[in-house]
Amino acid sequence: MTVPAVPAVSVQRRPLLDVQDLVVEYFVGGHTVHAVSGVSLQVARGETLGLVGESGCGKSTLGRAVLQLRRANSGRVVFDGQDLTAMREDAIRRMRQRVQLIFQDPIASLNPRRRIGDIVAEPLLIAGVKDAAERDKRVREALTAVGLDPEFVAGRLPHEFSGGQCQRISIARALVLNPDFIVCDEPVSALDVSIRAQILNLLEDMKARYGLTLLFIAHDLAVVKAVSDRVAVMYLGRLCEVAPAAQLFEQPAHPYTALLIEAIPHPDPEVRPTESVPAGEPPSPIAPPSGCRFRTRCPRADQRCASEMPELRPIAPEQYVACHHPLLPESSKLQ
Amino acid sequence: MNNALNPQALLSVEKVSVDLPTARGNLRAVDQVDLKLAPGQTLGIVGESGCGKTMLSRAILQLLPKKAKLSGRVIFDGQDLTQLDPESLRKLRGRSLAVVFQDPMTSLNPVLTIGSQLMETVQEHLGLDAAAARQRSLKLLAEVGIPAPEQRLKQYPHQLSGGMRQRVAIAIALSCEPKLLIADEPTTALDVTIQAQILDLLAREQRRRHMTMILITHDLGVVAGRTDETVVMYGGRVVERAPTAVLFKQMLMPYTEALLAAIPRIEAPPHTRLPAISGRPPDPTQPMRGCSFSPRCRYADMRCRNEKPALLGTDRPDHTYACFHPISIAAGADA
Repeated sequence: MTVPAVPAVSVQRRPLLDVQDLVVEYFVGGHTVHAVSGVSLQVARGETLGLVGESGCGKSTLGRAVLQLRRANSGRVVFDGQDLTAMREDAIRRMRQRVQLIFQDPIASLNPRRRIGDIVAEPLLIAGVKDAAERDKRVREALTAVGLDPEFVAGRLPHEFSGGQCQRISIARALVLNPDFIVCDEPVSALDVSIRAQILNLLEDMKARYGLTLLFIAHDLAVVKAVSDRVAVMYLGRLCEVAPAAQLFEQPAHPYTALLIEAIPHPDPEVRPTESVPAGEPPSPIAPPSGCRFRTRCPRADQRCASEMPELRPIAPEQYVACHHPLLPESSKLQ
Repeated sequence: MNNALNPQALLSVEKVSVDLPTARGNLRAVDQVDLKLAPGQTLGIVGESGCGKTMLSRAILQLLPKKAKLSGRVIFDGQDLTQLDPESLRKLRGRSLAVVFQDPMTSLNPVLTIGSQLMETVQEHLGLDAAAARQRSLKLLAEVGIPAPEQRLKQYPHQLSGGMRQRVAIAIALSCEPKLLIADEPTTALDVTIQAQILDLLAREQRRRHMTMILITHDLGVVAGRTDETVVMYGGRVVERAPTAVLFKQMLMPYTEALLAAIPRIEAPPHTRLPAISGRPPDPTQPMRGCSFSPRCRYADMRCRNEKPALLGTDRPDHTYACFHPISIAAGADA
C-alpha cells in the first residue's frame, strides 16, 4: 500500500514531529483491530495540531504510538530528525524527557498514595536529577506556573483536589522536565465547562511561555478549534482531512468533517438543532469497510467509494482531503 | 412562586432541600428549590458538577441515598411522593415516572439480554402476555432507532455500543408511556454525533407522546434549542429560571452569563481566549452567608458577600433570578 507523504506545505522548516504511514494493529479475542491504518502527519515546531474524531477512531492509539507507548506495526515516527520507531528502549526513555503526555482522567492519572510534590518530581528522578534542592526548585516552579501554590499543595494527596486542580498537577508534571512536545489526550473532556476554559487557557499560556509544540487530541471540535493552528480529522484509523483550523470550519471538504461540525450543539436557541445528523455509528475497527471507511455513513458514497480507498490529497491551499466526492470544488491552481 | 403559566402542574416541587451527612459535616446538596412543570413541557436544568442538579432529580424520583434527608414536598400527578410507601413508588417509577441516566449501564442489567429486560418491564407494568410483550419490545426498539431489533433482543448490553445502550435505556424508559421523563446527562458520555442523535430522539419522542421532560445537563448548548424553559442551578439553589429563548436573550444572573461565555464557540477564531470563571464551585459543607457565586463573580460587592439574594421575579412573571446586580445583555453571538 502506498500512501503519499503529505507535502509539508505549512511546515517551512523540518517538522518537529513527522509521522509517516503509521500502522498500529492489535489483537483482541482472535480479531485484528485496525486502530491506525497508514496515517501520515507533521507537526511544526511551536504549532498545535488538533486531532479530532469519535471514540474508537484510533486518535488515542496514534498519540500513544507517537510516544512509543505502543509500538507501531509499520511506519515511522520521526521526532526532531530521529526515528523513534528504530530506537532501543533506553534511547526512547531519554527521548521521553522531551516528549510528555497529559491524560484525560486527571484523577486516575495521579498515584493516589503519593504526595503532589513527589508526583511532580518523579520525572526529574527518572531523568536522573540527583540534587534534591534542584528537584524541589523545579517542582515549585512547575506548580507555580500552573497556578497552584507549592506551599499548599506539595504535601497533599491527589484525593484532596478537584478534577480541574488534578489536571493542573498533571500539566505541572508534564512541564517539569521542560519538554519540547506534549501529547494532550482529551485533557478537558472530563471537566466542567468553567474549569475546562481555565485549563484550555492554561495550556495556551504554557505553550507560549515554554515554546511548546502540542498534539491536542479531542472529540469536541469546538474545543479543538479553540487551541489549534491546524486540525486533522480522523475516522476509523485514517485521516479524512487536514487543514488550518479556521479554514476547516469555514469550508470543510470531507463529508465527515461537515457531519462533526453539524453535530455541535449551539448555545443559542435561535439556532434550531438540525435533525439531519445521519443515523448510524462508526463500524467496528475489526472489520472496517472496504474503500473509504466513512462510506457506510456518507450521503455522497457511490460504487467508487466502496472499491477504491481515497488518498489524502490537496484540495485548497494547505487543505488536504481523502474523499472521492469532496464538498469543495477541485481547484486547478493547486500544484 | 410566580407560575401563572402552569395552572395544572404535572410536577410541583415545593421548598425541597436535600441534606447529606458527610465526614466533614452536613452537606446541603439542594437548598429550598421550587419548581412547577405543566404537562407536555420540557425543562432544562443546567449547572456544573456539585450544583445539586442530580440530587434534585433523585429527590423528585425518591431515589436519594439512604442517609439523605429530604424536606419539602414533591407533588407528582396529584400525589405527594414524599408520603408514598416504597411499593407504590416502585409502581409509579416503572410506569408514569421514568428516568434515563448518564451511564446506560446504571439501568441495564449486564447479565440479562436486552429482550428479557424490555419484556420484563412491559409485562410487569402493563400486564401483557409474553407474545404481546415481545411485539411491543420490537416496536419500541424500532422507534428508538435500533437497527435489526429481532437480533438485538437476543443480545446482552456489552454487545452494544454506548449510543445503542442509551437507545435501549430510552426504550425501557418509554415502554410504559411515562408522563414524566427525567433525562440526567443522557449524552455526556457519548460522542458528539451520537449526542445529536440521542437528543433528537428524545425531542421527537417527547413531542410525539406529549410527554413532560426534564433534561439535566452541564452544557447550555444542549438545552438551547430543545427545552421550553431553563433553570440554572448553583450551590444547590435555583439562581435563574426563564423560558429558554428569554434566558439566552436576556440573562440576568452573572453566573449564567459566565457559564455561557466559557463555552468555546465554533464561530470564534482559533486561539480566542476563553473568558473562564475563576475559582471553583463552593464547598457545600461550608454554608455561605451571602450569594454562593460571589467569590467568583466580577460584579460582587459587600452586600453580595453578606446577604443571600432571594429568587425574584422580573416584569415577566416567568423569569426569576437571584442576584443583587443583574446584568441584562444581549447574549448570543457576541457573548
